[in-house]
Amino acid sequence: MGWYNKRLSKSLWVFHASGSPCNNCDIEILDLLTPRYDVKRLGIKLVGSVRHADVLLVTGIFNQKIAPRIKRIYEQAPKPIFVVAVGTCVSSGCCFKDSYNITEKREEVIPIDMYIPGCPPKPESMIEAVAKLIGVLNG
Amino acid sequence: MIAWILFHLFVFPGMLFTGVLGLLVGWLDRKVSAWFQFRVGPPILQNFNDFFKLLGKETIIVKNAVKPVFIVAPLAGFAVLTLIATIIGLALFYNEGFAGDMFVVMYLTMTFSVMVILGGSSTGNVYSSIGAGREMKLLLADELAFILVFLVPIVKSGYHIQFDQILQYQQLNGAVIGSPSGIIAFIVGILCIQAKMTLPPFHIPEAETEIVEGPFMEYSGPLLAFWKLDHYMMYVIFPFLLVILFMGGFNLTGIGILWAVLKYLAIVVVMIIIKNTNPRIRIDTALNFFWKYASPLAFIGVILAVLGV
Repeated sequence: MGWYNKRLSKSLWVFHASGSPCNNCDIEILDLLTPRYDVKRLGIKLVGSVRHADVLLVTGIFNQKIAPRIKRIYEQAPKPIFVVAVGTCVSSGCCFKDSYNITEKREEVIPIDMYIPGCPPKPESMIEAVAKLIGVLNG
Repeated sequence: MIAWILFHLFVFPGMLFTGVLGLLVGWLDRKVSAWFQFRVGPPILQNFNDFFKLLGKETIIVKNAVKPVFIVAPLAGFAVLTLIATIIGLALFYNEGFAGDMFVVMYLTMTFSVMVILGGSSTGNVYSSIGAGREMKLLLADELAFILVFLVPIVKSGYHIQFDQILQYQQLNGAVIGSPSGIIAFIVGILCIQAKMTLPPFHIPEAETEIVEGPFMEYSGPLLAFWKLDHYMMYVIFPFLLVILFMGGFNLTGIGILWAVLKYLAIVVVMIIIKNTNPRIRIDTALNFFWKYASPLAFIGVILAVLGV
C-alpha cells in the first residue's frame, strides 16, 4: 500500500462542497490555485465532479437543510476520500453555534478527517494542512 | 509472425509506446500551459501519478446507467486508439501499409467519438447527455473538413490511398506542406485536430465550468483513468498523422532523429498555443466556423491540388 499511497499523495484531486457558507472561505480556496500560491505544482487539481475527487473540502455550517445534501455528496464520492473542513464555521459553529437550525454534531453527518480553523483561514494555513495530509499518506 | 504482430500492437508503435509518450507529452502540455499563466507547473511524472492513482480508486457504477455500455465504452475507445496508433506507427517507423489504410484511420477516429457519445449517454445524467449531444454536433461539424484535409495529399501523390505510398511520393518530390494547397490543408488540419481532441477553443463537449466534464462526469476510478489515457494518446496519434500526410514522415538516421523530434514538437507546441490563447466558443459558432470557413478553405486546397499547385 505504500507505493499506492505515494501516488495518491502526489495527485490529490479536490472537490469543493459549500454547505451554506458566507463565501469567504470559498474565495480563499480559489486563491490557492492562483500563480502566487499555485498548488497545482503539487499535483492538486480542483475538479468539477465529486466522482473524480480524492479530497472533499467542506465550508460553512451544517444546518438541517444542507446536512442531508452534504451526506449525499459524501456517499457519491469514490473511496478512499478524505474530508477536510475549512473555516471556523464547520470546526466549531462560529457565531452560529446557538442557532435553532444547526445540526448538533457535524461528525455524525460525515466523518471529518481534518479541520482548518480561521475565519477565513489564510491560504498558507491551507497549504500547511495539505502538506500534513501528504505527510500522513507517506507514513 | 503472430508474435511480431502482437509486439507491434502491444509494445512498440502501439499500446505501451503511445501510452507512455502520450502521458509525457501531456505533461509538456500542462507545463507550457502553466508557463502561459506564470505558474510553475506539475512535475514530469504527474500524469503517471494521476493514472495509477485512478486505477486504485473505487469504481462506482451508476444506478441509472446502462451497465454494459457504461463499462465497455472507455475500454473500446482505448482499443480503437491503440489500433490507430499501430497503423500510423507502422507506416511512420517501418514504412509498411495496406491498401486503404487511410480510410481505416478515418473510420477509427470517428469511432472514438462514437464511443464518447455512447459512454456519455449511457450514464443517465443530464450533464453527460448534454455533453454527448455536443460531441455529436462537433463530430458533424469537423468531419467534412477532416476528410477534405486527407484528400489533398491523396491528390498530390497521384491518387494513392496508402500511407507508405504518400511517404514515398514525399521522399521523391518534397513534403506536401511545401506547396500552397498543402499549407492550406495543414492549417485546416490543425484546427480539425483541435476539435477532434476537444481541446480549447473546441472543448465544448466537456466544458468544465459549464457541464462539469460532460460525458466523463459520472466516471470514476479505473474507467476514468482509461478516458484520461485515451485523451493523452491522441496527443501522439494526431501529430504523427499530420507528420505523415504533410511533412514527409521521419528519417531516423543521424541528424534525422533531431528533425523528427522537432517536427513532432512543432505541431504539439502550435496546438498548445492555440489551446491557451482562445476562449471556449459556443456549439453553433463551432458549426458555423467549420461549415462556412474551414470546409470551403479545405475544398479550395483540394481544387488547387487537382490543378497541380
